[in-house]
Amino acid sequence: MTATDWPLWEVFVRSRRGLSHTHAGSLHAPDAEMALRNARDLYTRRSEGVSIWVVPSTAVTASSPDEKDSFFEPAGDKPYRHPTFYEIPEGVQHL
Amino acid sequence: MTPSSSAGALALGDDALVLSHRLGEWAGHAPVLEEDVALANIALDLLGQARVLLSLVGDEDELAYLREERAFRNLQLVEQENGDFGHSIARQLYFSTYQQLLYGQLAAGDGVFAPLAAKAVKEVDYHRDHAEQWTLRLGDGTAESHERMQRGLDALWRFTGEMFQPVEGVDGVDWQSLHTSWHTSVSSVLKRATLTVPEGPQTGSWSAGAGRQGLHTEPFGRMLAEMQHLHRSHPGATW
Repeated sequence: MTATDWPLWEVFVRSRRGLSHTHAGSLHAPDAEMALRNARDLYTRRSEGVSIWVVPSTAVTASSPDEKDSFFEPAGDKPYRHPTFYEIPEGVQHL
Repeated sequence: MTPSSSAGALALGDDALVLSHRLGEWAGHAPVLEEDVALANIALDLLGQARVLLSLVGDEDELAYLREERAFRNLQLVEQENGDFGHSIARQLYFSTYQQLLYGQLAAGDGVFAPLAAKAVKEVDYHRDHAEQWTLRLGDGTAESHERMQRGLDALWRFTGEMFQPVEGVDGVDWQSLHTSWHTSVSSVLKRATLTVPEGPQTGSWSAGAGRQGLHTEPFGRMLAEMQHLHRSHPGATW
């Protein structure tokens, strides 16, 4: 059996408590348990994380580059969707 | 450090140093890239332990690179050649289970090795888990992986008895209970992996083991020659 037979896994690492898991990369592993251990060795060996998720790459549904125009471009010229047109009352802090 | 504790540090330090070198030999040769990194990580953990232990005895470089074979006090198990991946995993399972139980006992005591053992046992927990995961998958994998894993376990069995001889200077260890716990733990993993606990004595005339007295097996000389070659050819070389 070679690595090419092994499924691909996407690795998400949470670097600190309170932050969300961030995509760190991908790896090959025979199953989820081994994927988790490989991820520990590959992506957290310099103390980069406190928690790891592994997800089979086949479980990820991705947007298609062909649909890029219809998916993302229409949002480009609609600045009114950004919450920048509000008067911020005096005295409001931490915004 | 009393002379007796020093002898204990040498034995534990040599175990870690020699196994670290053996695992390092897998670098660039492991079945998959991910496993290459995993084995190198384990090797580096062991090298870190070896450095602390050998520093208690003397100059770590001199001890690692300038001693003759007969002056090493490691178990014969750890100096055995890597063989195939199953063979190396069998060696990892036997040794890391032993090291986890031994360091667990040392960490719980108040001896000179307690602080070091408390830190190292977390690393060793992972080494044992790594060996267990692979033993389960190779044992309960294909017919070939099962056969190779069993062959590795059988071939190394005769080196396991030596682990439970009391080590001079390593005090506060119940070696009998260590042996019992080791056998229970290894047997449980092998059973789940559909493998057979090897038969045959672990000690006595048939078995091997006098590494703690400085007697080593044939592959060790070749390993040392490679490990020490650079330092001996270029004394004092630095990066």
